[in-house]
Amino acid sequence: MRTLVYLLEKEFKQILRDRFLPKIIFIVPILQLLILPFAADFEMRNINLGIIDRDHSASSVRLREKVLSSGYFRLTDVFNRYDEGLASIEADESDMLLEIPAGFERLLMRGEKTGVHIAANAVNGTKGGLGSAYLNAILADFHSERTSLPAMDTAIAYTHLFNPHLNYKNYMVPGIMVFLLTLIGGFLSTLNIVSEKEKGTIEQINVSPVPKALFLLSKLIPFWIIGFILLSLSAGVAWLVYGLTPAGSLGVIYLFAAVYLIAFTGLGLAISAISANQQQAMFTAFFFLIIFALMSGLFTPINSMPEWAQRMTLFNPVRYFVEVMRMVYLKGSGLSDLSTHFIIITLFAAVFNALALVGYRKR
Amino acid sequence: MNVIETDCLSKQFGNFTAVDRISFTVARGEIFGFLGANGAGKTTAMRMLCGLSVPSSGRAVVAGCDIYREQERIKRHIGYMSQKFSLYNDLTVRENIRLFGGIYGLRGRQLADKAEELLRLLGLESERHTLVRSLPLGWKQKLAFSVAVIHEPEIVFLDEPTGGVDPATRRRFWELIYEAAARGITVFVTTHYMDEAEYCNRVSIMVDGRIEALDKPSALKSAFGAADMNEVFLAVTRGKGSE
Repeated sequence: MRTLVYLLEKEFKQILRDRFLPKIIFIVPILQLLILPFAADFEMRNINLGIIDRDHSASSVRLREKVLSSGYFRLTDVFNRYDEGLASIEADESDMLLEIPAGFERLLMRGEKTGVHIAANAVNGTKGGLGSAYLNAILADFHSERTSLPAMDTAIAYTHLFNPHLNYKNYMVPGIMVFLLTLIGGFLSTLNIVSEKEKGTIEQINVSPVPKALFLLSKLIPFWIIGFILLSLSAGVAWLVYGLTPAGSLGVIYLFAAVYLIAFTGLGLAISAISANQQQAMFTAFFFLIIFALMSGLFTPINSMPEWAQRMTLFNPVRYFVEVMRMVYLKGSGLSDLSTHFIIITLFAAVFNALALVGYRKR
Repeated sequence: MNVIETDCLSKQFGNFTAVDRISFTVARGEIFGFLGANGAGKTTAMRMLCGLSVPSSGRAVVAGCDIYREQERIKRHIGYMSQKFSLYNDLTVRENIRLFGGIYGLRGRQLADKAEELLRLLGLESERHTLVRSLPLGWKQKLAFSVAVIHEPEIVFLDEPTGGVDPATRRRFWELIYEAAARGITVFVTTHYMDEAEYCNRVSIMVDGRIEALDKPSALKSAFGAADMNEVFLAVTRGKGSE
């Protein structure tokens, strides 16, 4: 065990002495946390809306005002005929159309079934999709105000329950924190063993009686500690810059991070152990991390992926931690709600580290 | 008593036979020169003996340990210095000594004393806090050797330890080798400097994976009617080799 102390001493000295590493470990994540939430913000404002009002009643005017006062939409024009509206979509002036049918007010007054027609330009799918969702929510609200009936579309009301103002930064920041831990745990550890291979220093270790597991542990622990520092830093940035604190317990987050970091450092070490040079290791890590990140639900919701892709995300450790972070940060979930997630992430940690142990050969 | 015994030891990489049924023994305390042209298979053979590479066939016992089953045990009894300098360039002289001393089980007081002793012996006392990267090559080599024998192993394997330095520096390096041998450490050294071959108790000459000659330098010289080891080497390799 004392041997591990000597090995750790070496690793920390090397990391601190590196001209590049300490900077990249701290500056890059903070920059990412400051920039990415704005860049990856899916919140839509200024959706250009054309309205076709065939009813010209007090109710239709009230609906128009309600929609426009939501702040998401900007009125292109009020049309009399549908094909005029369509022409404005084709001319790229409107993103969406809202058609209020004749007799809207009359049916509403009698408490009968009414309907409006929403047409969205789906060339920009996000804009179309989100616009429709916003519009639906507003309509539901309008409907329940006017009648005593409950809102029609309860699903939408549910989605926004834990992020009432639909603030996408609240949604993105916990996810980006996961992304950062993944990068640090995954990439830096990937570069580590293989760089010793390139320099030839690993020979001197391989010819010594140091047990494999001990050597790997001496590589894992520094990145684990760095991960914790990073998590604390980014939680601090989330609080200071975005006013975001977890609704749940910070302890739960640290507990998950502990296992998650072991998983990704293990993956990095496994890749590092089987690669012959840094380029190879880099590309392998890049391949996995990009797929993991894109399929984690961080940038695109998992339930809007095709069925096969959704099934693939079950094998993606990032997905679980993104869910955990969002649930703890936004919903205040506790350990009992997340026990399945915990077991799954632990399994990933075990598998990745076993791969590293098998992949690293002392000969 | 022999500390290395090999019997028909071979290593194949695909169709290429890097080491072809070599058999030899090395006695305790001996300085054994392992000669051969580049690509003759010296390093491959040495890596097998160090437990860094698994043989394709044959048998070998190093420091009483079988090289198939007891590779990790071998590593406790040997020291190794590769031709590619393999200490940590981004650690200081003293930190390297401390790391490898620690790895080989030296602790606390014992380790500190050993480090001081080495620094004094190498004349590196004033350079203890210098990063190894900025040392001259000759000093690096002496440091690497001292680190390789820090745990007083039974055998030390040296793979072209003096490449790229001048004869005077090489001479000083060999003084370290003699001191180690005098303490009872067996030295197994590859080289392609023929003046160094003269310093060995016995030498073997490898050509295309085989050992073509093995004896005391004086015996080899008389057998080949050669004035020095250089002529012996040329006679052996010209007769057999493709190089």
